[in-house]
Amino acid sequence: MENPEQNTLAGLEAIPESATRQNVALPEPAAIAEGERAAQPAAGTGVPIFEVNGTSIYYGSFRAVTNVSLTIYEHQITAFIGPSGCGKTTVLRTLNRMNDLVVGARVEGDVSYRGENLYARNVSAIAVRRRIGMVFQKPNPFPKSIYDNVAYGPRINGIRNKSELNEIVERSLRQAALWDEVKNRLGNSALGLSGGQAQRLCIARTLAVEPDVVLMDEPASALDPIATGAIEDLMKEIKDKYTIVIVTHNMQQATRVSDRTAFFSVLINPESDTRTGTLVEYAPTERLFGDPQDDRTKAYVTGRMG
Amino acid sequence: MAGVSAEPRQVDLREPAGWRRTKNRLATWLMVLSFVLVIIPLGFVLVTVIAKGASSINWAFLTGGPVPPVVAPAGVGGLGPAVLGTIEITAVATVMAVPLGVLAAIYLSEYGGRNWLAAFIGFLADVMTGVPSIIMGLFIFTIWVLHFGLSGFAGSLALGCLMLPIVIRSSYEILRLVPNSLREGSYALGATKSRVTVTVVLPAAIGGIVSGVLLAVARAAGETAPLLFCIGAAETANANVFSGADTALPLQIFSNASQPYVGAAERGWGAALTLIAICFILMIAARLVTARFARYSH
Repeated sequence: MENPEQNTLAGLEAIPESATRQNVALPEPAAIAEGERAAQPAAGTGVPIFEVNGTSIYYGSFRAVTNVSLTIYEHQITAFIGPSGCGKTTVLRTLNRMNDLVVGARVEGDVSYRGENLYARNVSAIAVRRRIGMVFQKPNPFPKSIYDNVAYGPRINGIRNKSELNEIVERSLRQAALWDEVKNRLGNSALGLSGGQAQRLCIARTLAVEPDVVLMDEPASALDPIATGAIEDLMKEIKDKYTIVIVTHNMQQATRVSDRTAFFSVLINPESDTRTGTLVEYAPTERLFGDPQDDRTKAYVTGRMG
Repeated sequence: MAGVSAEPRQVDLREPAGWRRTKNRLATWLMVLSFVLVIIPLGFVLVTVIAKGASSINWAFLTGGPVPPVVAPAGVGGLGPAVLGTIEITAVATVMAVPLGVLAAIYLSEYGGRNWLAAFIGFLADVMTGVPSIIMGLFIFTIWVLHFGLSGFAGSLALGCLMLPIVIRSSYEILRLVPNSLREGSYALGATKSRVTVTVVLPAAIGGIVSGVLLAVARAAGETAPLLFCIGAAETANANVFSGADTALPLQIFSNASQPYVGAAERGWGAALTLIAICFILMIAARLVTARFARYSH
């Protein structure tokens, strides 16, 4: 495999664990006071994590998403909203190469993560997912004990030391605001948890491997308002350590938690009767909801559509 | 308005009579009837075997040396070599067929995808399931016994061939039942495919896989036809599974039951009960093992 792209692989493979956090100390443009931010929705907002450029995504011959371009910034919560079938989940799953698992899925255009092309031939999807974690719509705890669920990620990454694992499990469960509820039954099956607890366990499991980015695919859609609130608070608490991208159907949720919002919509071609998702508008959340530039966005956020 | 009166309105919550209720009851009774019909032959077999075999079971019978089936008196001769032979031959067959079968099923379910090789193996396994056991015996007779002679191992080969497709099919079906969301959860943490398979998919499926394996073992332990060709029917003990004619419980049942003597018939029933008991013990053992594996799954 003597190919010139080898260097890009080395670039992604060799980022030391600590180096993925090296930008934490950079001055945060998001530190502008809340009120000013609405009035000053300038584009530049910190370190770009993902740069998606002219990307189309196919499942077989079906073009699910057409020509999406957006930039996601570090330590922000970016929300994807839009009606069903608009491709928000597809775009999200492209960001950590989860779509590789779908037979026939194909990505066209550029998707880069910290400047590295995610779809370069020699980039390992395993290395990518190690840094870019994902929380799914339906809580999916493994049929193991609560402890083993959280310790799963560290273990597959080679951590065997018992006290180190204990520490990681406690820290992750505390971050996910679940520690107090489960600390006395860590050995019990994770399948005995309620829906909200199970989802927080899945978040703890994701945080346990200390990812750089956490992708969330409608993490609260199956939860009651109290559990939803807990997860939203949690997202706001952890965003100074992680970068979060969340897909949501709930526009209030997007306004409550996100810094930037991308509105996706469905394009229908009446001639061939095909549908494809596309990015309509991407802006700081207050501007997208307060002063939408596109009529489709306006219709959606004011409840006249979708 | 009439509604002013404080009289509460009567509602009739009884199930209305009519065709719908009749259909419902009919279906219930049909199911009960089917269940009873299924139980009758099963119960009949079990009761007969216990009634006729229980009297001959004792320690000497289970461990003693056999007598030729033409020996007339009851109460002489034992099954020691046959019990030993059945356990040895089935164990060797299991050791060969189960890892191979489970690995093949993992390949089909986790790795094969739409690949032609996977489709081909799956097809072959299905075809093999339908091959009569005597054909398996003949096959091993041709490729093994003709060259190396009768042995318990030849019997194990035949039983292994018989178990393989059952293990592949049942394990495959169970692996397909493992929800994809579990696999994705593991992939999202940066696990490799082999990790996902070993640490998430297999543990989630282990209970069902063990059940399938058990069915295959029980099926193999009771096979007579393939053994006839492969192990002969020795009447002396042969602890060496790899050489020389051997014997097994189904063969003892077969040779004894085909004789007109009272003693032979009694030994045949005793052998039948012993075989059922061995399978029963195996089932219980496997259930206990499975319960331990599955302690987190509910």
